[in-house]
Amino acid sequence: MKNTAKYPHTSLFSIFAVKEVSLPEMKEKTNNRNTARYCIVFAVFIILFIAAVMLSIRIGSVNISAKDIFDILFRGDRSDTVAGNVILKIRLPRIILASLLGGALSLSGFLIQTFFRNPIAGPFVLGISSGAKLFLAIVTIAMTGLFSGMPVSATVIASFIGSLLSMLLILLFTGRVKSMSSLLVIGIMISFICSALTDLLINFANDSDIVNLTHWSTGSFSAATWQDVRISAFIVLPALLAAFIASKPMGAYLLGEGYAKSLGVNIKALRVLLVLITGVLSSCVAAFAGPISFVGIAVPHISRQLLKTSKPILMIPASFLCGALFCVLCDLAARTLFSPAELSISTVTSAIGAPVVIWLMLSRRRQNEA
Amino acid sequence: MKPDSKTATAKLALDHLSVGYNGVPLISDICLSLSKGEIMTLIGPNGSGKTTILKSITRHLASISGTVYLDERNMRLISGKEIAEKLAVVLTERVRPELMNCFEFVSAGRYPYTGTFGTLTPRDREIVESALEKVNALDIADKDISRISDGQRQRILLARAICQEPEVIVLDEPTSYLDIRHKIELLEILSGMAKNSGISVVMSLHEIDLAERISDKIVCVKGDRIAAYGTPEEIFSDETIKELYGISAGSFNALLGSIELSPPQGEIRFFVIGGAGSGIPYYRALRKAGVPFAAGILPGNDMDLSVALPLAKTVLRTEPFMPASSELIDEAKKLIDSADTVIDCGCPAGEFNRFNAELLKYASERGKRIIRSLAGLSEAKL
Repeated sequence: MKNTAKYPHTSLFSIFAVKEVSLPEMKEKTNNRNTARYCIVFAVFIILFIAAVMLSIRIGSVNISAKDIFDILFRGDRSDTVAGNVILKIRLPRIILASLLGGALSLSGFLIQTFFRNPIAGPFVLGISSGAKLFLAIVTIAMTGLFSGMPVSATVIASFIGSLLSMLLILLFTGRVKSMSSLLVIGIMISFICSALTDLLINFANDSDIVNLTHWSTGSFSAATWQDVRISAFIVLPALLAAFIASKPMGAYLLGEGYAKSLGVNIKALRVLLVLITGVLSSCVAAFAGPISFVGIAVPHISRQLLKTSKPILMIPASFLCGALFCVLCDLAARTLFSPAELSISTVTSAIGAPVVIWLMLSRRRQNEA
Repeated sequence: MKPDSKTATAKLALDHLSVGYNGVPLISDICLSLSKGEIMTLIGPNGSGKTTILKSITRHLASISGTVYLDERNMRLISGKEIAEKLAVVLTERVRPELMNCFEFVSAGRYPYTGTFGTLTPRDREIVESALEKVNALDIADKDISRISDGQRQRILLARAICQEPEVIVLDEPTSYLDIRHKIELLEILSGMAKNSGISVVMSLHEIDLAERISDKIVCVKGDRIAAYGTPEEIFSDETIKELYGISAGSFNALLGSIELSPPQGEIRFFVIGGAGSGIPYYRALRKAGVPFAAGILPGNDMDLSVALPLAKTVLRTEPFMPASSELIDEAKKLIDSADTVIDCGCPAGEFNRFNAELLKYASERGKRIIRSLAGLSEAKL
């Protein structure tokens, strides 16, 4: 009982119950226990991820048997049949895009949380997605007005610039307000302002723009193409690598700015790097899937609670993996729950993510009271 | 202030350093130097600039002019990594990283030594463990950093600094939030570290009594200047401290490091016959009750004097190791006449304080109320 009180969220791991042992023995055990925990968490993530991918390939408006899937994927048979087309042209790119962008979103959430040293921060909460949407609206209307078309690259660039602008705005306020909660409120306000402006623009836009924007602003992985997958992989994977390279100074940054500086961390460079990576990741998501709420907050939190550590070197792969898993599952739910109608991905992520955030607030309070 | 900034052995030297915020100097021309294994303590009132000086040393604050030398090298010209290998800090900023245990927190001190991904080698782990051992915190290595007590946190912060293997540690008010036991423990660790490992320590303290006992050098910081700088023996006089902190009420005894409140005002109502420490609880009890009193006759070398002097309205005392003169005894009798109560503190009688018995006899002859115990004192309506 005592043990479950200490680790309320991990009854799953109660096999690691603390027993009274001598000091050196305990250290050794702690060490092993932590390593064992990390291995188990990663193994579970990977197994679940593979299972989720398998399920996603199989289930849908057309259910495909396991044997057919195997034939299509690994033997190249029947790729021109209906099942083959569904898998290779619709489901597979969609699953890969969902994993890439889900990982990207979750990672950007983790980076932003590290940056603000606040677990409630996330690209969506801080108005970054709304900034992307506003800028995208401006550019879409301008582009369709001028060239009567909107290339994918323009969508990516517009939402990238938009999210970077709102990130910079947040940064500007970071210097002025000390309290993180006021910063959060500012972020939410920015988000509202952007939404209001976007709505205003939509009022004056013509129908085809509105269709585009509304489709975009609901957030979805549908209509994913291999082209989308290639571009986002090209953006997300280097950013992931950059995050890994920054993991050491990020670890020191967790101790607080003063200590990080005294350890020789170049704070300014690190902050710029964090903002850049976050901007790149969240704008890529915004461009290809639209705004997806709560993944950025909820998933890093879940991974952190499972790993029981904030170490960036572990948290970066864990939150990426868990984000990929989470989004693949949510996407599966979005397209199958009320099939043939498809839900927006945010509907599902919010329904799961928002309770997680509430739980997070409550557990933090409990911790502070303890 | 001594212009001895760049002595050959200085681990850390401040050469005409001016510190302040936003380019406005708060304290100018600070010259201090610290040798290997020395402890230097900054004392001074709240807001006097101790933290500002420390932050300028650690480069958390850009100094306005002048130079800080670390190992005789200008700190402006050394890379952040090299500084991190020589200088570690314990700051007042309250850190609460989530889900980080003490071991992980302390091991962050290995940052300047680890590779690209910050992986700890077995040697790093050993160093972290020995740092934890030095601060007696091995038992909490596994605990979450946000769930330990203030005393434990201060020790963990120190362990983090130690495992950075520095030559100089800068601590900003390391004893605040700590109770007396933990204050002493922490200072013991620091003192041992300085003497055994040759680590130089610069810190700010509020506890002047502890500062006096632990430090090799004392720097008195007073708002706009360094009011005094030297060894504790040079610095600690009742007057320097009173002046430094602007104490107008009460007093500080530099020799004993004890603090007394200011004496009660008004007509003398009590005469306390004490000596050899017997009077001290009575003096303090009377101070608490706000009753003005006279104390006497105390031998000039009596320990009661250190409390009687700040608290009593009048103190009669002999020259050290000398008997009382008849004038002094007459004066005491006059004071007894003006008082309504005499307290006999039960000081042991001997060759040199026969006057006590004489004074008591005089008091009872005059019909004065005589109190012989603390209980009696608290029963008596003051």
